[in-house]
Amino acid sequence: MRGADAIKERIDAIVVGGSAGAVEALAILLPALPRHLQAAVFIVLHLPREHPSLLVEIFRSKCSLPVKEAEDKEPVQAGTVYFAPPDYHLLLDRGPQLSLSVDEPVHFSRPSVDVLFESAADLYGARLMGIILSGANADGAAGLAAVHGAGGLTIVQEPGSAQVPVMALSALERSPADFVLSLEQIAALLRTLP
Amino acid sequence: MAVSNIDIELRLLIDAIYLKYHHDFRGYAPASLKRRLTLAPSRFGCQTLSQLQDKVLHEPATLSELLSYLTVPVTEMFRDPSYFRSLREKVVPLLRTYPSLRIWVAGCSTGEEVYSLAILLREEGLLKRALIYATDINPQTLQKAAAGVYAADQIASFTENHRRSGGHSSLSDYYTAAYGRAVFDKSFRQHIVFSDHSLATDSVFAEVQLISCRNVLIYFNRELQDRAIGLFHEALCHKGFLGIGIKESLRFGAHADAFIDVVPEDRIFQKRDHREGG
Repeated sequence: MRGADAIKERIDAIVVGGSAGAVEALAILLPALPRHLQAAVFIVLHLPREHPSLLVEIFRSKCSLPVKEAEDKEPVQAGTVYFAPPDYHLLLDRGPQLSLSVDEPVHFSRPSVDVLFESAADLYGARLMGIILSGANADGAAGLAAVHGAGGLTIVQEPGSAQVPVMALSALERSPADFVLSLEQIAALLRTLP
Repeated sequence: MAVSNIDIELRLLIDAIYLKYHHDFRGYAPASLKRRLTLAPSRFGCQTLSQLQDKVLHEPATLSELLSYLTVPVTEMFRDPSYFRSLREKVVPLLRTYPSLRIWVAGCSTGEEVYSLAILLREEGLLKRALIYATDINPQTLQKAAAGVYAADQIASFTENHRRSGGHSSLSDYYTAAYGRAVFDKSFRQHIVFSDHSLATDSVFAEVQLISCRNVLIYFNRELQDRAIGLFHEALCHKGFLGIGIKESLRFGAHADAFIDVVPEDRIFQKRDHREGG
């Protein structure tokens, strides 16, 4: 955990990706986010496109921070949790502001974890924390590698503790993670963020 | 932080395309443009964006392929069925009051949305007095749109979307299926003008009662969005209608007050009556 505290001090944004099993994981992580969190949080989950996104409703009551679905060109607010809307990629642009796209699915997924993580790594560099959760495909591996490459902090849910370990295993295969943790350990880390 | 090679190459390529061909990508949303362009070199047999720039400058045929690569979003007929349902229920009754109708589909790509609107208008008995201007920056894409030919394996989802949009005819009335393709009825062409037009560099060409421009504005930065929405405002008749993508918004731009909500959840707006102020 060398330097973890120093790293945490500089985090301006947290990106989170997952698919199968990730809703349950978020139910543990999002309540752990401190009320006065300085970082903004961006989340991509793979969901069937025909389902209207209920994520915002599910998590609004469980989280002490504002939770909303990302809108195109919306200025990023500190301490806000943004979910990518179903069937759109979520990216981050200078400002910082949110940007959506209907480009091709990546790893059969739109929104894609890779797309969010890569654009966030480009914008936030070392001021970014990337978290890969339970999930059933390799989306997110390239994205987490980009976060790592830009000097950001990378966290992967311990594959043995994930409902579906494929996403975590793929990420770890692609690049080293700063931390491989259980959900409770990730929650504990989030609780200490400024 | 030092500017990375890729950011330098990207800017040079965009400038080169503008200087040589007057296609202006300088106002595109940077993150998604960068994502596409980063993946482009390998597609064009190049190692780097600099090599791709060389190819674009010296082999003009590369340009149209690159334009397609940069601008063709994946789309479908009656995408977001509730949008078309709202047009049918909330906008069509007012369109009926006009003796002749002009409609602009801006950024029509390969035409799925154009035919969706034409079918909707035919079902509502309005197509015979309507003219649809379907515009895009890419001539190659416009040719595809004009041909109205789609892969047969997409037809099932088009049909389902059409049904959910409140369509009261069968989609199969409007196309002929053969050899794995569905060819849409040529008679639609009498009511559609396909034309080259750029929201970044061109101006208004007609007065229209309805503009549909969906999932195009998300590819623009805020300044270019303001320009495009300004063009729409200028092109719309008194109390004309504007439909944009379900996740697009007028709220963060310069023209937020120039339109009023008609069906906010489906992003259908109406040009504000200037006499009402605002």
